[in-house]
Amino acid sequence: MATLAGAQTTPYAGANAWRVILEWLTTVDHKKIGIMYLWTAGAFGLVGMAFSLVMRTELAQTGTIISAETYNSIFTMHGSVMIFLFLLPIGAAFMNYSMPLQIGALDMAFPRINALSFWIFLFGGVLLTLSFAVEGGTASAGWTAYPPITLDSGNNAEPPGAGMDMWLVGVILLGQASIFGSINFLVTIFKMRAPGMTMWRLPLFTWTTLVTGLLILLSTPVLAAALVLGFIDRNGAMGAFFDPSNGGQPLLWQNLFWFYSHPAVYIMILPAMGIVSDVFGVFTRRPVFGYRSMVLALVAIGLLGFIVWAHHMFTTGGVFLPFFMGATFLIAVPTGVKMFNWIATMWRGSNIFPTAMLFSVGFLMLFLIGGITGVFHAAVPVDFALHDTYFVVGHFHYTMSIAATFGFLAGCYYWFPKMFGKFMNEGLGKLHFWLLFIGVNLVFFTQLLLGLDGMPRRINDYADNPGWELMNMLITIGAFVSAAGMMVFLYNVFYSLKWGERAGSDPWEGTTLEWATTSPPPAHNFDSLPEVRSERPLFDLRFGERLQDDPHYHVNGNGHGNGSRQGAGGVKTPAASAREEG
Amino acid sequence: MAAGTLPQRRVHPVRSFLVGEEPMTTGLWGIIFFIFSEIMFFAGLIAAMLALHSDTLFWEPTNGGHRVEGDHVLPILFTILLVSTSIPMQFAAFAIRKGNRRAMLINMAIVLVVGTAFIINQYFEWSHADFGISDGPYAATFYTLTGFHGAHVIGGLLFIFAQWLRGLLGHFDAKRNTAIEAATLYWHFVGFVWLLVIFPLVFFLS
Ligand SMILES: [Cu+2]
Repeated sequence: MATLAGAQTTPYAGANAWRVILEWLTTVDHKKIGIMYLWTAGAFGLVGMAFSLVMRTELAQTGTIISAETYNSIFTMHGSVMIFLFLLPIGAAFMNYSMPLQIGALDMAFPRINALSFWIFLFGGVLLTLSFAVEGGTASAGWTAYPPITLDSGNNAEPPGAGMDMWLVGVILLGQASIFGSINFLVTIFKMRAPGMTMWRLPLFTWTTLVTGLLILLSTPVLAAALVLGFIDRNGAMGAFFDPSNGGQPLLWQNLFWFYSHPAVYIMILPAMGIVSDVFGVFTRRPVFGYRSMVLALVAIGLLGFIVWAHHMFTTGGVFLPFFMGATFLIAVPTGVKMFNWIATMWRGSNIFPTAMLFSVGFLMLFLIGGITGVFHAAVPVDFALHDTYFVVGHFHYTMSIAATFGFLAGCYYWFPKMFGKFMNEGLGKLHFWLLFIGVNLVFFTQLLLGLDGMPRRINDYADNPGWELMNMLITIGAFVSAAGMMVFLYNVFYSLKWGERAGSDPWEGTTLEWATTSPPPAHNFDSLPEVRSERPLFDLRFGERLQDDPHYHVNGNGHGNGSRQGAGGVKTPAASAREEG
Repeated sequence: MAAGTLPQRRVHPVRSFLVGEEPMTTGLWGIIFFIFSEIMFFAGLIAAMLALHSDTLFWEPTNGGHRVEGDHVLPILFTILLVSTSIPMQFAAFAIRKGNRRAMLINMAIVLVVGTAFIINQYFEWSHADFGISDGPYAATFYTLTGFHGAHVIGGLLFIFAQWLRGLLGHFDAKRNTAIEAATLYWHFVGFVWLLVIFPLVFFLS
């Protein structure tokens, strides 16, 4: 096809390198910004992984290699980098790249603010990284930064240095970048949709972008308030907010912090769920089961996310336990609906398993373990027993860390052909999947067992209790196997960029609008758009004619009076007509 | 069907599609969402203040200084002045909707002058206080809340001033005035968050 061949040559082919660099630095194109988020977040993810390997080397056996101070700094930066500089921005990468394409928009509503978000994010990330160079080193109070150990007031014998301030300011900036980004996502979804793209026809990934956007918009400012108060507390207020020695309350920080950081878990996991939903919708070759229930479950998860924050504070004694326990249990219901729908989508589907689908199925398994252990924690008595053990570490890594990462990796394999016009190598992809899947389960399932055995988290050495050294060694081996898997992935990315098989505009026989344009898309995204009469416009385009007379066919989740059944069947495509004639 | 091919029936010409023709532009949606985020930011600060207040019997500066009370002439006067500038700001928006740039500029000038006066009064409020930011939860919340609100007033004034200059240069007419509408909404937010929340809580909570 002529249009496809044309898109393979980039518009600046032949221009010199400086012009290319300048073009990327000044771009306001959502696709380029998305790709910049992807590269940056990916690089930070590798940094975070390197930190985890340092920790695992330290913990492989009893005895210490690095000092407790260094260990504190490393685990703090592992958490901070992975959450603020990898998981949150890599979600933003896909939301930036794919959402406008999925709704048939030309760009974001505010392209320049979108670019500003990216540069604020990068600046915040650089600030966090630079804190390694200052006196006293990085923040080292954990990514949760509980006062009073973060403060330099009162009885704090070893107050942290400038690194803590850089952490606070850096995270404020990262939050501001998220807020600007979320405003862009929301206005784009509300105002920039293609004709016919009603709310009930939004692709599920776009729905997750919408709910994620609302969560960012309403929760991140509360974190900003906490961080600002923390900064003032360290620079002038002498602990008047968070240090009891000057009338402050440490629990106040925890309340404000978790009011953001519980929804933040969904800000990380929901985009991954959206990717997985779209991937299932393509590789099972059938509509995602229960489209509307998927959307409603998503909204329910988002709403419930705002009233459960104190389940992180059960053991503080400052929390009304029954309410937060009950509300947390409730979240299992919409989550269960989503699990059921994904499995039901695969049930009797014509499933095929390219790497994107493998990672999506892997996501289901990891998220299932993470979700179930989450229900354990919701129960107050269980939480009292397991608080601050490796069980917690295993649980939250299974959900927000590794399940989310699997979802995002599925997104990488799924959208790579769209972004760069080439397939990722499937053989290397499968090797990546199996190494990572085995590695992370070795790490995190063993951590669950270790936690049940009572090993506390955030320590750099441990007693030689029966089995602990063996389990720790297994975890360390798992960590290195996972890292090997990620190296395969890294190689695959560069290999495929250079030698990957050319992908056409619609390599997977997709269902959503991003597959209706060339790969990579032109700067203005679309030369023309197909009619949108269901949440699967490309499916309609491909098969509408054939299914027109099939009394059993209906457009999933779209039955309410908008004539979708008739409409979807009524799209007459030349290709479909040609098939009938031929 | 081979990978990479797609039926080539593409129906809609691609335009800049904004859903519907209603007057709500993307800019206005953007500022409304931004105001929501600001509301949550102040909600966080206010929640912190109330939590600290509920847990202490001594809601005074801890250095023996005196609380800044609101039941004096100046704080009440400037509160009324700040909130009443919502009226000329709204008139400015009404004026430019009808294409009357001159009336818009006059109304915005009033907002700029009174808003600046409010900030100057805040400065005197701060300089007359006989306690510092480190003198306990009351003192710290006093400076934090009035300071952040003041910063938002200054930000709003700068934005309005920039639009005022644009107006002088001949920008804005009956059709293109989103920046004025956005400034108006933001200014209402800044005024009412002071009148309804920060002023009563900071100056009257005891
Ligand atoms: Cu939580």
